[in-house]
Amino acid sequence: MSEPILELRGINKSFGPVHVLHDVDFAVHPGEVTALVGDNGAGKSTLVKSIAGIHPIDSGQVLFNGEEVHIHGPREAADLGIEVVYQDLALCDNLDIVQNMFLGRERGKLGLLDEADMEQAARKTLASLSVRTVKSVRTQVSSLSGGQRQTVAIAKSVLWDSKVVLLDEPTAALGVAQTRQVLDLVRRLAEQGLGVVLISHNMNDVFEVSDRIACLYLGRMAAELPTKDVTHGQVVELITAGRSGDLGIARPENATV
Amino acid sequence: MTTATARRGPDWRRHASENGALVALIALVVVLAVLRPTFLTTQNLLNVGVQAAVVAVLAFGSTFVIVSSGIDLSVGSVAALSAMVGAWSSAEAGLPGPVALLLGLATGVVAGLVNGVLVAHGKLPAFIATLAMLSVARGLTLVVSQGSPVATPDAITFLGSNLTPHLPLPLIVMLVVFGLTALILNRTYAGRSMYVIGGNEEAARLSGINVKNQKLVVYALSGLFAAVAGMMLAGRLGSAGPQAAVGYELDAIAAVVIGGASLSGGVGRAFGTLVGALILAVLRNGLNQLQVNPFWQQVVIGVVIALAVLVDTLRRRSSR
Repeated sequence: MSEPILELRGINKSFGPVHVLHDVDFAVHPGEVTALVGDNGAGKSTLVKSIAGIHPIDSGQVLFNGEEVHIHGPREAADLGIEVVYQDLALCDNLDIVQNMFLGRERGKLGLLDEADMEQAARKTLASLSVRTVKSVRTQVSSLSGGQRQTVAIAKSVLWDSKVVLLDEPTAALGVAQTRQVLDLVRRLAEQGLGVVLISHNMNDVFEVSDRIACLYLGRMAAELPTKDVTHGQVVELITAGRSGDLGIARPENATV
Repeated sequence: MTTATARRGPDWRRHASENGALVALIALVVVLAVLRPTFLTTQNLLNVGVQAAVVAVLAFGSTFVIVSSGIDLSVGSVAALSAMVGAWSSAEAGLPGPVALLLGLATGVVAGLVNGVLVAHGKLPAFIATLAMLSVARGLTLVVSQGSPVATPDAITFLGSNLTPHLPLPLIVMLVVFGLTALILNRTYAGRSMYVIGGNEEAARLSGINVKNQKLVVYALSGLFAAVAGMMLAGRLGSAGPQAAVGYELDAIAAVVIGGASLSGGVGRAFGTLVGALILAVLRNGLNQLQVNPFWQQVVIGVVIALAVLVDTLRRRSSR
């Protein structure tokens, strides 16, 4: 197995008195899709936001390419090559696709924007992901469908020569055909050599695209396993009880929030 | 390049939505020209332009604020305070005119920055923060002036003067500020950030935009433009008055909104604002020419503002 591109060791995070993440270990490998699963409130989104630098961690180590890093904000995460696609997508309806893909990182000289350059780069990225569902890259995002919006958000994350992409519930609000498109896209990201983290509640999606499954239970990493070694039922047990046979936390009943 | 063809679609639609106000302006001019032949004389049109200039410059500043989903109620008071500081530091403190002018501009920027700090760091609603500044700036104007007008130095009077009989400087200032506004909004990182913050502030934060700093820039620009407008107004009159520009903030907001901007943020253009300010000026001038009772003029202007926004909303809804 390849060396992890991103590795977390013993991450702790509290919000006031609420201890959300307990000694969490987590690894992302290049060219693989790692599914991050867990019940509501298990700490999935907090873990992602900690990696992205939005919630700074209290203790623990973050290693990127084997070297320890300290990420203090979204910009620093992005500089390393870590991109996040948020659940609500974080797109601007009043802007077009190109403008959204370059949100906050516009290209240009002397403070003036270079629209032609940005448009070309956006088009190239969409083509490299075989995205054919959008007619013009100058379409306003408000007029796109849910699947197209998700596609734009994902394409935005790979525009930056990124190494790790974290996707928070990318298929949650989509229909069958659109889910299909997005899952294909997720697979393609991994094929391009990126480390992909997929947060999802949908077991079918998880088993379809992931290479590994990491399961959080009440802020603890209950198990991190190759997808082919576990069954549907085992994963559901890990999510709901933190334990399944020999897998999972030794005494989940002692786990506290 | 394919760039041009690909951009034609949205560009065309954008122009159409701006043209709503432009069509109204042209219609207004045609109607007035027919009813009153004196309306189309060069002298009168220049008058309209000069009258529009002060409100337009205020409104360009407000465009930044409204695009980024804020509101600035203080621009009228800040305009008066800036002009007063400029006039006072020359007439009373004896500073040279150009220095007084710069002090006036600095006053506007400082007032804007205070607004920005209250909104971005103090988390005050923009309405409240700028409402407070409206009162504070007006009060300070009265304090500085002791309640009576102060004569402006030549440097400021120049801003309101005519270069030649047919070339009033306020018109030129308006066009320069218009160009600057369009450049900032369309071509710069700061301008793009305004649209992002107005469209989805959370997305702006998540994508690494320094939202607080950008808001400071927005309100500082609004304050700076208010100072320019205030000194233009004082320059035309030859003195800075303690009650100058009262209520102008509402004209500025009206001009921005008539120009097609949305008070919920993310939408608005410099050209639209220019047209909005011209519509207000043409309307005022036209109603005077038609000898409409000034009491009724206010009613008419109110109705026009409501109609403009209503028509715009309906058109947008049907185009979706």
